[in-house]
Amino acid sequence: MYDAPHYTTQETAVTDVKIKAKDVQVYYGENHAIKDVSVEIENNTVTAFIGPSGCGKSTFLRCINRMNDTIDICRVEGDILIDGDDIYDKRVDPVQLRAKVGMVFQKPNPFPKSIYDNVAYGPKIHGMARNKAELDDIVERALRRGAIWDEVKDRLQAPGTGLSGGQQQRLCIARAVATEPEVLLMDEPCSALDPIATAQVEELIDELRQNYAVVIVTHSMQQAARVSQKTAFFHLGYLVEYDDTSKIFTNPEDSRTESYITGRIG
Amino acid sequence: MTDASMDSAPVKGRLTTVDARTRKRNAAEKRFKAYGLVAILIGLFFLVVLAVSILRSGLPAFTQAEVQVEFTLTQEEFDAAESQMLKTRAYEDLFIAALQGQLEERGLEVAFDPAAIERLLGKTGGTIREFFLENPDRIGTPVTFDLAASSRVDGYFKGRVTRDTVVDSRFLMVSDLDLVDALADAGIITSSFNWNFITGSDSGVDNPGGAGIGVSVIGSFFMMLVVLALSLPIGVAASIYLEEFAPQNWFTDLIEVNISNLAAVPSIVFGILGLAVFIQFMHLPQSAPLVGGLVLTLMTLPTIIISTRASLKSVPPSIREAALGVGASKMQTVFHHVLPLAAPGILTGTIIGLAQALGETAPLLLIGMVGFIARAYPEGVVSGFIDPNSAMPAQIYTWAARADAGFYEKAWGGIIILLIFLLTMNIIAIILRRRFERRW
Ligand SMILES: Nc1ncnc2c1ncn2[C@@H]1O[C@H](COP(=O)(O)OP(=O)(O)O)[C@@H](O)[C@H]1O
Ligand SMILES: [Mg+2]
Repeated sequence: MYDAPHYTTQETAVTDVKIKAKDVQVYYGENHAIKDVSVEIENNTVTAFIGPSGCGKSTFLRCINRMNDTIDICRVEGDILIDGDDIYDKRVDPVQLRAKVGMVFQKPNPFPKSIYDNVAYGPKIHGMARNKAELDDIVERALRRGAIWDEVKDRLQAPGTGLSGGQQQRLCIARAVATEPEVLLMDEPCSALDPIATAQVEELIDELRQNYAVVIVTHSMQQAARVSQKTAFFHLGYLVEYDDTSKIFTNPEDSRTESYITGRIG
Repeated sequence: MTDASMDSAPVKGRLTTVDARTRKRNAAEKRFKAYGLVAILIGLFFLVVLAVSILRSGLPAFTQAEVQVEFTLTQEEFDAAESQMLKTRAYEDLFIAALQGQLEERGLEVAFDPAAIERLLGKTGGTIREFFLENPDRIGTPVTFDLAASSRVDGYFKGRVTRDTVVDSRFLMVSDLDLVDALADAGIITSSFNWNFITGSDSGVDNPGGAGIGVSVIGSFFMMLVVLALSLPIGVAASIYLEEFAPQNWFTDLIEVNISNLAAVPSIVFGILGLAVFIQFMHLPQSAPLVGGLVLTLMTLPTIIISTRASLKSVPPSIREAALGVGASKMQTVFHHVLPLAAPGILTGTIIGLAQALGETAPLLLIGMVGFIARAYPEGVVSGFIDPNSAMPAQIYTWAARADAGFYEKAWGGIIILLIFLLTMNIIAIILRRRFERRW
């Protein structure tokens, strides 16, 4: 082993690591919610975070786009690097970061505006389109990526809140990809959806892997097994085990992982 | 059918038999509904009583007994009158002669005392002279004069004054009422809609017939402009800062507590504060709508801040997360998403705050916007803000404090006008809220 305090871009390119977290601690006031978490998340991979509820999956996910900054009492320590850049560096603007790291939430939360405006909002505020035609283009591309274009192309001016739950969630995914992010974070994106809508979103997640590093929090182990290539198991704020999904589900190293997988804890 | 066979056994799970507990619960529910209904009916009853008494006392203010006299002044008469010592007296004599002529023309014979005319119509000579001095070309042609009858005569027409209640005085003699009746029969005195009440200005204490609320409406209008222009932006900006940007610490907690307390401070306290700060310290003009507006702004701000914060709070956090998630800055999140959703609530709060301010009297007493001030329309916008004026509620207070029963009637009439303004504002608030809500 050689001394390598910093991860150079060259190194990340070789291993294709997109996100690298090192000794991350998160505190909510006195509550130590994330403890010593180090993880390397790969590009073009779906990484699943599983674990019993309250173990810190969402908290850690929200560290990756600095969404925790909006919570007054929340404090993050340690390093999180995306493409070798420390996102908690003073020079990093969290607003810019969030355009690069898209997020999809547990409950579908379209803006109470038209479908078109929902998707166009991000590109608009980031100045990604010079004119209406370009914006139309971006919106169409995003909606196609969100696998919802065919369903809404005739009613782009209809309110986004009028869609069904599954459609709303895919609209939110389209909205997230419209700003051309490199990482897509999803916090239990299917927990409010029925099985058919869930299947559609899962299929979509698999496609999204082509272009993004996808991190998905899920409480459903079947879902983790279905959509992810890598799985991280969290327990009481610790990252207990992180490995290929197939390995985690068939041959976990840690006894706690095994207990959780087999349904004894959680 | 099954009741008889199973009477003693406690039936479990029969849906068709209601058990004692359920019966009690249903009875409690019925009782509660009845209480509610009674409460609403009591409220409605008082509302109706209030509305009826306001309308009964106030509506007479909108009519005025007027004497219509057609009058032709020849050039010779004009020259003769102008050459006399007591000019207005000369005109009065001419007018009385004309009136008498008109009565005789219609075959009415009444005792005709020139002093009675003065009691009925006030000093008519001055009005007539003024008219002909301003319009010399009308000399020699018939001119119809509409002259307001005195307060007592007006009251006689409206039933406020009767032959039984009238006491001979320099204002009205019982015998004058015969003349009034005769003039009414001849159609010379008629009761007509009193436009002057709506558009006119305050009058002297002995002339309730000429008093109008128009000028003080203008005073209220300029005051509301000040309140709106200051309290809406300041209130909304303060609320946004406190709700969305300010850190949660003891300092913001302190501010919060103080705002809630300010909302409960009696308005007269704001009045005395305004007197001390705006007039005595800053030397702003007394009795000016500008100062009134500033004081009312202080009073309205807490209301607006509280309602704005409540409506900002009611915007679901998921909307904020969504906007932040696509890389909107905090300010973009607030202005593009949160504020539009909170707008209906903010508007409603603002309009309710304005309506409160519009009806506020106490602070205006302290900064001198009360008492015989609303006498002339302001000349232009600047003068509207800084020239002494009254406001609707203060004008009503002034009238109510005067002795003549005619002013009492005007006060009630003023209340009707004030209520019309308040109702209009509330209806606008409702319409705006509906309009905005339909968009989402
Ligand atoms: N906004 C917050 N304020 C304070 N504590 C929080 C907040 N969000 C989460 N926590 C705490 O952090 C811990 C981890 O929560 P979370 O990350 O939401 O768990 P998970 O998503 O795995 O269910 C929990 O103990 C929770 O109480
Ligand atoms: Mg969670």
